[in-house]
Amino acid sequence: MNEPVTQPFLWSLRRELWENRSIYIAPAIVAAILLFGFVISMGRLPAQMIAAADLGPAGERAMLARPYANAAYLMAVIAFIVGAFYCLDALHGERRDRSILFWKSLPVSDRTIVLAKASVPLVVLPLIIFAVILAIQLIMLLLSSVALLGNSQGLITLWAQLPLIKMPLALVYALIAIALWHAPIYGWFLLVSGWAKRAAFLWAILPLMTIFFFETIAFRTSHFARLLSYRLFGWFTQAFAEQARDSFAGDPLKALDPLKFIATPGLWIGLLFAAAFIAGAVRLRRSRDGI
Amino acid sequence: MACIEARGLRKAFGSTIALDGLDLRVDEGRILGIIGPNGAGKSTALNAILGLTQYQGELNVLGRDPWTERDQLMRDVAFIADVAVLPRWIRVRQVVDYLAGVHPRFDRAKAEGFLAKTNIKRSSKVRELSKGMVTQLHLALVMAIDARLLVLDEPTIGLDILYRKQFYDTLLNDYFDRSRTIVVTTHQVEEIQDVLTDLTFIDRGRIVLGCSMEDFESRYAEVMVRPENVAAARALRPMRERQLFGRSILLFDHADREQLAALGDVRTPSIADLFVAVMGQTEGAAQ
Repeated sequence: MNEPVTQPFLWSLRRELWENRSIYIAPAIVAAILLFGFVISMGRLPAQMIAAADLGPAGERAMLARPYANAAYLMAVIAFIVGAFYCLDALHGERRDRSILFWKSLPVSDRTIVLAKASVPLVVLPLIIFAVILAIQLIMLLLSSVALLGNSQGLITLWAQLPLIKMPLALVYALIAIALWHAPIYGWFLLVSGWAKRAAFLWAILPLMTIFFFETIAFRTSHFARLLSYRLFGWFTQAFAEQARDSFAGDPLKALDPLKFIATPGLWIGLLFAAAFIAGAVRLRRSRDGI
Repeated sequence: MACIEARGLRKAFGSTIALDGLDLRVDEGRILGIIGPNGAGKSTALNAILGLTQYQGELNVLGRDPWTERDQLMRDVAFIADVAVLPRWIRVRQVVDYLAGVHPRFDRAKAEGFLAKTNIKRSSKVRELSKGMVTQLHLALVMAIDARLLVLDEPTIGLDILYRKQFYDTLLNDYFDRSRTIVVTTHQVEEIQDVLTDLTFIDRGRIVLGCSMEDFESRYAEVMVRPENVAAARALRPMRERQLFGRSILLFDHADREQLAALGDVRTPSIADLFVAVMGQTEGAAQ
């Protein structure tokens, strides 16, 4: 019998987007609010252009690029929050409403399902966030241009000074680095989601809090807190050159340091943990009886 | 050929024994009803057959080990747990798309054909459908899968009479073709009596009775005994005696039909009556 070609992974991924529309709706709403704020701030733009001209070329560039970079930071934070909550519910929700019995009645392996779920925060969300940031920045640029229509000098400065090509390239790099760096966090949340009978959020956070408090009380040290903070924010110091914040505005590509990033043990240790957590989540999905 | 073969199937949840050395053989082309009280191990047995739970003992479904090969097995097995398991957020169109995307034996045109006979809108979400419609939807999806084994766990629970009747009619008319095998558990035994080819009673994780429906009809007889014959009927050692409208009804196993006919009106018992009788006997044996 000639069987039709099936694509369990792609359809399972699409299924996740059907169920979890917050993956693209939440970033879109935040983007809209952000743009609204930007529109209000534009009343100050002509005056800012004049002030910026006094700062010299580097200062001018930095000042012009700042809102664009800030929009990107904010959206990256939103992506993390959306991804974290998505993971916490990904394997718990289907057991809670017993729809897992339906999904398991289909010829799709637990590994395929869990990998599809893991690729939402690791692949899909970064792609969506990239598109949203690009759209925001483009709209910001157009709005600024409209606001500066009567000011040809300002208009030329704006278009000449902003790193229009390099900024998106740096953004791609940053989003990949962040996703890889945060992979063990998402993996941990997926694992807890596959294990917890209820209150997955508490089970994901409480053990970390317990270790933190225990260490503080017992040894008066804060190694664990530093470890957590490194896992959350370490991508910034490891994937980018020092003084990245300054060079971002000037030449964003100069801020990237991929060699340092791939030489960081924390990256690979984190990825190992992520793989272990995801493997554990696959096992749990297979063996968990009922909720 | 055996579709399902289980030998010495065991499963315990903590100190509760759900399956206690269950032996079961279901040949291809049969419609088996598994009947048992709550907690008898019916669902656990089905879950083991479907690869949803781990077990001890031997189990072979369509030549595969369900626990290690669930995803492969599910190409040939379809399953309806009960009306609650279709995800409530999904749209009818989406669930059809998904099945067409992941299931090599799913025939989209067939599913559309079944759905066209219902009032289900493609754009509706499952949560917007009535319970009966959700079952119709699930049945349409499952019948569009060219499966060799269909497992139904309390498929009509919570449905009104119209949908319940329709469910089995559709299944028999549009799906069952003697090469497929169907295993069904239900508490609504009266509605599957005419559907089944085989019957199994399960209690405390073991099979307490297993027979084909032909055997069932020749083996068991129920007699509404005329009052003057009650003593003579009791002497034939009935499995169970009950009273209805002041008349005694006695249920016999392996009794001579002609002998019984002399005592009163003889008929084939309902599965429910036999179930009560068999459970009464095992209760007695246990005490």
